[in-house]
Amino acid sequence: MNGAERDGVRPPWLSRWTEHHARVMFTTLGRLWREPLSTLFTAAVIGITLALPAGLHVLVQNVRAISYSWEESLQASLFLKDSTSPEQGRALTQTLQRRPGVARAGYISREQSLAEFRELSGFGQALDLLQDNPLPAVIVITPRRELTREQLQQLMNEFSALPEVEIAKLDQKWLERLYAILAIVERVVYVIAALLALAVMVTVGNTIRLDIENRREEIMVMKLIGAPNSFIRRPFLYTGVWYGLLGGLIAWLLLYGALQALTGPALRLASLYESTHSLTGLSPASSLLMPGVGILLGILGSAWAVGRHLVKHEPS
Amino acid sequence: MTDIVHFHRLSYRYGDSPDVLTDVSFRLGQGEMAFITGHSGAGKSTLLRLVALLSRPTRGQVVVNGINLSTLPRRRVPEFRQQIGIVFQSFNLLNDRTVHDNVALPLVIRGYRHQDIGRRVRAALDSVGLLGKEKMLPLMLSGGEQQRVGIARAIVTKPALLIADEPTGNLDPQMARDVMQVFERFHQAGVSVLVATHAIDLIRRMPHRILHLDHGRISQDSPSGFQDTAG
Ligand SMILES: Nc1ncnc2c1ncn2[C@@H]1O[C@H](COP(=O)(O)OP(=O)(O)OP(=O)(O)O)[C@@H](O)[C@H]1O
Ligand SMILES: [Mg+2]
Repeated sequence: MNGAERDGVRPPWLSRWTEHHARVMFTTLGRLWREPLSTLFTAAVIGITLALPAGLHVLVQNVRAISYSWEESLQASLFLKDSTSPEQGRALTQTLQRRPGVARAGYISREQSLAEFRELSGFGQALDLLQDNPLPAVIVITPRRELTREQLQQLMNEFSALPEVEIAKLDQKWLERLYAILAIVERVVYVIAALLALAVMVTVGNTIRLDIENRREEIMVMKLIGAPNSFIRRPFLYTGVWYGLLGGLIAWLLLYGALQALTGPALRLASLYESTHSLTGLSPASSLLMPGVGILLGILGSAWAVGRHLVKHEPS
Repeated sequence: MTDIVHFHRLSYRYGDSPDVLTDVSFRLGQGEMAFITGHSGAGKSTLLRLVALLSRPTRGQVVVNGINLSTLPRRRVPEFRQQIGIVFQSFNLLNDRTVHDNVALPLVIRGYRHQDIGRRVRAALDSVGLLGKEKMLPLMLSGGEQQRVGIARAIVTKPALLIADEPTGNLDPQMARDVMQVFERFHQAGVSVLVATHAIDLIRRMPHRILHLDHGRISQDSPSGFQDTAG
């Protein structure tokens, strides 16, 4: 209608688009900057909400890793039949030692078992009352670390089937339980994460809703002078993006700080348990993930608020 | 001559209430300037709202700048509004932005480049005599100056049609005269102008057509304000 298009003063659409978006980005950032306290407050709420599930996730990962490193000390005990002679027992130990999947195999004779038991239990005198040595000979097997749980189970089945062996026992019940618990905890963390993601969206959405209410005059004027909805929507969406980004960065900082604070004690704890495990921290990928998730939730939250509340302000 | 505004047997009512405008027909020619007068509640604002597509006709047709507003889809409304300049009685300026930014807004909406915006905003402010006040906030200005900022914002895009609803309603007689003269100048530059106003004394001295509304009907359409409109 006006002369602009004919004059050719309108730049090509792409550079116009970039200029406009850059302008909106910086205006909205400037607006947030001018109210640092309320901005920081909202971003902190988002940050804490994001850091919580991320922190739980890191915790579960670490517990899993630590417990796996303890699996090194995992041992299987093969209790031999009384009918098995010490020679047969030693020969079997040699055979098993060469078996794939076995890191170490050691033979403990009935006499050694008894001596050990006497020493450790303090029931020495009670044992003297018995005529026969009640303890069986044992082959102690240390499985290789790289075995999966299924392979380990199969190994145990083979041991049980050996004619010399009475019972084969794997000392890992508590690990099994821990894994089961961790699996549950992990699922709970996912549910919590989903709920908190919703909370972030609601936080952003509500902040944007208030923003829209405060700017209703402005929105009305914009519509009166012919601003399309996309134009009116854009600053609010960018505000959501900024909140999400800031929240994500705060979440990352919180998590990073917590891990730094915990690394020292964790190393000490690990050395107590002769574990070489150190805390699994945040990989660069998961460091990027947090601001990314923040931005995504920010956009979704503000889009939701804008979709619901912008249409109400039709000029009248 | 093609018409910039054409009302054809238009009726309008708010909700279930009786008709506010009844069977209104008139044409505003390209480049013409006209006033709409009438008692309070006669329907002046409603008529202008229909031109700006803030309301849609209940019956009849409104054609503005060749566009039939009765059938214009919702999503094309912003695009249509960009073709006209609107001035409001209550100024409707954004008080947290400078005069410059207020006037620049329609250009920003249309995606003009930074340099072009500066040039055009200065030209628009110059045409309403406010060139030195770009950096000021609206509330630092007098009512007449604020109204002129509103006019600058309405004409910065060089619209073919300028509509104004009681642009002098909040101004003292001197300021009112100044503002009317600004409209007059745009009319002389070729812009079509339609102004609703109570200021009978002011417009009678101007050589323009006056449409008189009475209870939603056009009771008088005098080609020039020099005529006696009391009859
Ligand atoms: N939003 C609305 N809902 C219902 N009725 C309305 C609405 N707006 C205006 N009216 C009615 O429509 C009629 C015309 O109103 P309008 O504002 O067009 O009059 P006007 O000529 O501009 O009056 P004034 O000179 O006081 O501004 C009035 O009777 C008014 O009560
Ligand atoms: Mg009115």
